[in-house]
Amino acid sequence: MSELDLNDKMNEMLANSEANAKKAEKTFVRPEDEEREVVAPDGSIIKVNPIYDYFSGERPQEEKPRGGIVEKFLNWARAESIWVLGFGTGCGSIEIPPLVTPRFDMFRYGVQMRPTPRQSNAFIISGYLSIKTLKRVIRTYEQMPSPKYILALGSCTINGGMYYDSYSTINRLDKYIPVDVYIAGCMPRPEALLHGFVKLKQLIKEGKAEKANEYARNFDEYKANQKKIIKDWNMPDYNW
Amino acid sequence: MSIYAKLAYTILGFLIVLNWGFLMGATMRKIGARMAGRHGIPFVQPWINLLKNISTRTVITHGIMYYIGPVFRLTGGVGLFLFMPMVFTGSVDGPWTNFSFEGDLILIMYFNVFGMLGMALGAGEGGHPYAAMGIVRGLAQHAAVELPLTLAFLSIAIQFDTFSIYKIVEAQQGGIMNWVLFTNPFAAAAIILAMLGALGHSPFNLVKAPNEILIGPATEYEGTYLGFMMSAGATLHVMEAVLFMNLVFGGATSWIELIVKSFLIYFWSVFVGMVFPRFKIEQSVTWFFKVPLVLGLLAVIIYMF
Repeated sequence: MSELDLNDKMNEMLANSEANAKKAEKTFVRPEDEEREVVAPDGSIIKVNPIYDYFSGERPQEEKPRGGIVEKFLNWARAESIWVLGFGTGCGSIEIPPLVTPRFDMFRYGVQMRPTPRQSNAFIISGYLSIKTLKRVIRTYEQMPSPKYILALGSCTINGGMYYDSYSTINRLDKYIPVDVYIAGCMPRPEALLHGFVKLKQLIKEGKAEKANEYARNFDEYKANQKKIIKDWNMPDYNW
Repeated sequence: MSIYAKLAYTILGFLIVLNWGFLMGATMRKIGARMAGRHGIPFVQPWINLLKNISTRTVITHGIMYYIGPVFRLTGGVGLFLFMPMVFTGSVDGPWTNFSFEGDLILIMYFNVFGMLGMALGAGEGGHPYAAMGIVRGLAQHAAVELPLTLAFLSIAIQFDTFSIYKIVEAQQGGIMNWVLFTNPFAAAAIILAMLGALGHSPFNLVKAPNEILIGPATEYEGTYLGFMMSAGATLHVMEAVLFMNLVFGGATSWIELIVKSFLIYFWSVFVGMVFPRFKIEQSVTWFFKVPLVLGLLAVIIYMF
């Protein structure tokens, strides 16, 4: 039974159990975040919709590269300044700390770690990705400014690796978010990760790392896949 | 000198300061890396980072104040530059004295806080729940730094009977023994110690350290906003070093002297940062109140009588 079919079945079972319990229809909006009218301090009545303070209601838009020599120059800058989000999603993140040590020293390639998705343009999915983490990964990925790149580390992101039959992890990462560079291995050595960075830089310089636009283009398809596997979808479709 | 020539010199001077700030920052990171046995970033990395940040395609804004935050910060840096005599040339109307005037020390002290306040306003609108906490910590430390600095500035102003930075530099010419470092050692000591907090290097960099959970004000800023803040940071580092150089270390008579002296002053904070780990806010505030503040008070009391 394939992963998606298995999840279909689990979703069906969940729906049945909910119907049996006759629960009220669930939405992602908490009561305090619902659209409502409130009285302002001066006595006037104003409409508030707090959920849009946290999320954006807009779909992602494809942002076309400028093309020509300007884009080539900017791509060179993007390639030489890769800021990686410090978010270890699986066991593979243990391979990232050695990169800042004297032996591997990723700084000389222009690679740095950043603490916030707003300031990073590369995201390392390090190893297996549980469904719970996938939800956070999607939210984080969508918050990163475009152009953004994803490095998938380890076999688990390619075919599930040693967790291929696990109930709680995904098998193929690129069904859910677009991947620029795969780094195979279980675990890949830090050298392999560095090689992945070099490969990514090469792709950016050639103008081939436009996966953020691909995500926007095939947005509905990606969302359908994500919703199939994430059972408690308690967020809007696009959040940044 | 005509106002147009002065303007041209000022713009040229600002470009030198901005690029020197980037190069100095990269050099210091390189020195830090060599201390740890690494190669470190390339020297051109700050310019590449700036270019990359400007070329980000998505830029998210949270409103007017959010936009004005980095602008205020850069204004603080440019304001410090505009009213600071950079190179001593023998005349206040000379080429590199910018728009220095009688009483610019007070204006400089004001511009020192300006950027911080702008960030407080901007980050408040950023929507990040911990931004307010980061700002409170930043302002607490900044107040603890400003107090001894202000006292030391006052002591120097009383010593030379002027609030003009240019005249303070002029009075220190003619040999190393005329520097405030030797003529007013308490004020100099207070400035040299409080300078560590003003330059914001380790151990007093908790406010803006990226590895802290509450990175604080800068969390929500990306793309062009971050580029602005990086330029402001580079300018502020040089300008603060130049301010302390003018007040304590005899100013500079050429750009080469300015570059060497500002490098050494900035290196002092990096050197301390290499030795000491990061302080918590309460530790750093207590330290600033214990040591530099007492020295600053002593400096003022000595020159009062």
